[in-house]
Amino acid sequence: MKPALTFRHLVIAALLVGLTLLPLYVALTGDRFMLTLFTRIVILAMAAVSLNLILGYGGMMSFGHAAYLGLGGYTTAILSFEGVHGGFVQWPAALAVSALFALVVGALSLRTRGVYFIMITLAFAQMAYYLASGMARYGGDDGLSLETRSTFGDLMDLSNKTTFYYVCLVLLFASILLVWRLTNSRFGMVLQGVRSNETRMSAIGYPAFRYRLTGFVIAGTLCGLAGALIANHTDFVSPSMMFWTRSGDLIVMVVLGGMGTLFGPVFGALALLFLEQFLPHFISFVVRPINPAGAAKAGEYWQLVLGPLLLVIVLFARGGIDGLLAMLSDKLGRKVRP
Amino acid sequence: MSEPMLKVEGLAKRFGGIVATDNLSLDVAPGELHAIIGPNGAGKTTLIAQLSGQLRADFGRIRFAGDDITALPPHKRSLLGLARSFQITSLFLDLSVLDNVALAVQAHAGHSFRFWRNARKDEALRAPARAALERAGLAGRADGPAASLSHGEHRQLELAMALAGEPRMLLLDEPMAGLGPEESARMVSMLRALKGELTILLVEHDMEAVFALADRITVLVYGRVIASGTPDDIRADAKVREAYLGESDKEGAHV
Amino acid sequence: MTLFIEQCLNGLQFGLLLFLLAAGLTLVFGIMDLVNLAHGSLYMLGAYFAATFAAWTGSFVLGAVLAILATLLVGMALEVIAMRRLYGRDHLDHVLGTFGLILFFDELVRLIWGPGGLSLPVPPWLDRSIEILPGIQYSAYRFAIIVVTLAVAAFLYVLVMRTRVGMLIRAGASNREMVGALGVNIKLLYTLVFGLGAALAGLAGMIQAPILTVQIGMGENILILAFVITVIGGIGSIRGAFVAALLVGFIDTLGRAFFPQILVELLGRQAGSTAAPALSSMMIYILMAVILVVKPQGLFAANSR
Repeated sequence: MKPALTFRHLVIAALLVGLTLLPLYVALTGDRFMLTLFTRIVILAMAAVSLNLILGYGGMMSFGHAAYLGLGGYTTAILSFEGVHGGFVQWPAALAVSALFALVVGALSLRTRGVYFIMITLAFAQMAYYLASGMARYGGDDGLSLETRSTFGDLMDLSNKTTFYYVCLVLLFASILLVWRLTNSRFGMVLQGVRSNETRMSAIGYPAFRYRLTGFVIAGTLCGLAGALIANHTDFVSPSMMFWTRSGDLIVMVVLGGMGTLFGPVFGALALLFLEQFLPHFISFVVRPINPAGAAKAGEYWQLVLGPLLLVIVLFARGGIDGLLAMLSDKLGRKVRP
Repeated sequence: MSEPMLKVEGLAKRFGGIVATDNLSLDVAPGELHAIIGPNGAGKTTLIAQLSGQLRADFGRIRFAGDDITALPPHKRSLLGLARSFQITSLFLDLSVLDNVALAVQAHAGHSFRFWRNARKDEALRAPARAALERAGLAGRADGPAASLSHGEHRQLELAMALAGEPRMLLLDEPMAGLGPEESARMVSMLRALKGELTILLVEHDMEAVFALADRITVLVYGRVIASGTPDDIRADAKVREAYLGESDKEGAHV
Repeated sequence: MTLFIEQCLNGLQFGLLLFLLAAGLTLVFGIMDLVNLAHGSLYMLGAYFAATFAAWTGSFVLGAVLAILATLLVGMALEVIAMRRLYGRDHLDHVLGTFGLILFFDELVRLIWGPGGLSLPVPPWLDRSIEILPGIQYSAYRFAIIVVTLAVAAFLYVLVMRTRVGMLIRAGASNREMVGALGVNIKLLYTLVFGLGAALAGLAGMIQAPILTVQIGMGENILILAFVITVIGGIGSIRGAFVAALLVGFIDTLGRAFFPQILVELLGRQAGSTAAPALSSMMIYILMAVILVVKPQGLFAANSR
């Protein structure tokens, strides 16, 4: 039997506690930037959690997941533009639009396999991208600003950054709980069975398509909610949030954190956004002793490091951060109990 | 003779110019262990694929337990009680042994659009799965990952999964393939235990096993039935001797 | 009518250009089973190389030749250093690894050439109109593109269908063990194939350089078009890529040119002019979706894998 409490569990617990207590740190230090950064991390983690459901557990290599971020965001922004500010209207509408899009895309693309599936999901996301660029009334290429954040009457005030952070965090935890229950349910067993061996699943009596489609729609819907949140976070939406490289970022988060693990996507979102934020400083720091004048400039080229880093992770650390933690747990566990 | 469990009439399948199944008819009686033999390329695997629904036949009809299943997709045939095992091991290697069988049980327990309750703690799935593992002689390996089993154990797991759905008939595609003598003997005794309980269609190269187990044997050559009868009939059949001895195939030596 | 013919020629020219990109992608797909998102980066490099070398040498043609050679070398180096390690892994690994390479190349270009972008002027001897049909004037540069790309397509056809190397390429697409067993150095073959794909991408980038601005990220939009083409055509099929590239080139060009007018006629000025830009950009993707629904393996499925 595995030990009940491993190093990995401790790290996950620390992550959850850390996320929960972050506003306390912000209040103590006055570092408002951290709150903004972490709100973004939490929202994108939610998007990554939703992608992980189909990519990690369902084996569906969707390359168009950012479309749902955009659809959720645009639904919220357009309703706001048209004078509907109520969150109880905006958010369900964002969910519904994403669900519908996922249903159509899934129904068409799940008939294909392999590279064809990757490319057709990408093509549909590009359609959403061009659709948004073409909507002159809603800003076209330039995007659309939100006048106010979604209103929830006296229930909560999202313009309060701490409140908004907690709303996002609660929704992230709820998504993780949902994915946890889903993946251990009968439905989730089927999803994982199809990932593992689809031919066999139909041989033992499952209509695989329906289960894959259901998973696809759940993931899209959940990501649509993250889209509504991100529109509220930045008070702005634009087509670029749906560009295919954004979908690539979401895949990176899932794989970096650990595919098909419950908390992997959260680690992945945290790691990618941290790299994005702090790798420049780190590079400057390393370069400074060698070339003080060029240090700040060197930091600008952080993607020069991030790109090959991704390749190295793909080649040598497929389990991602979660896999690394599990490995460390194993080693530590063995030392503790001989 | 009562209504056959499986009745195949005039089945035909071509791949381009190659005739894989040629106007094939076959009856399997309830409770019978019916073996299909034939040299390589005789169309045995294509036949299994058509019976299980992986391939659609060009012509002909397949009736199973009185229902016409010719046009049904694989999962519906499976739900009617026609289970198959795969020639090349086809398991969920990244799931546990028990999960593999539990998935097979779950397939027959109504739809799986159940999103909340923990299926891994659901005794309605786990108990029958453990029972099927027991019957296939794998009770001790339930909790390990399927990837960690030996080749022989994989074949046993295949059998357990086919049994898990409480099928009425098993299509076994070379269950002995690649097994050592000891593992083969274990598989033969397991199949003998199942015989009578279930109708079985067995495609197998191991002639010793076939002649030891089968009630009736059908011989395929180039997609056509050249003989069908009891093991003694087949042994004595001139056309069969010619088909096997004509080819200096390694299997010929066993006949 | 004149406008229509001119747009048809533009469509042909764009389609042939896309074929250069798609051919490299589909070769690499078909033979090494590798999804290479960084293909667009090689296209971008080709454009940057061309602009730089043309400025150095003062000659457009010399600059172009050097640019293609340089992209070929970069491609082969890339294969040896990175791509080789991705063969045999699943597509998710390819997507991620080559996605990382896009970030790397974008940043590398910014480091070397700066964020501003470059321009490559059309050489004077091509910077004019010629009368290609009685009464119809067409840009000499674009006409030259059509001629050059058609020649490259013919070269590719002969290479793949008529030569020993091509036979190995086709055999490699269907059976890599067999090619290995024949005693062919499969590693070298793969490096050469990847280099060829890179050189084609570089050529495409070089060709586009005088038409568009040479800038970072220029490969990212056109890469997706090239992918759409390989998928429509059937992965691994050069012929499919050719047909699909022309199809996409025509539909995209003619769609953008005439579709808005048609929509205005159909829907009225207000609705038509609102819907047109989005719809004409989406048309190719709609085409792809329709084709994949009808033929999930593309138009010319090479070999199902």
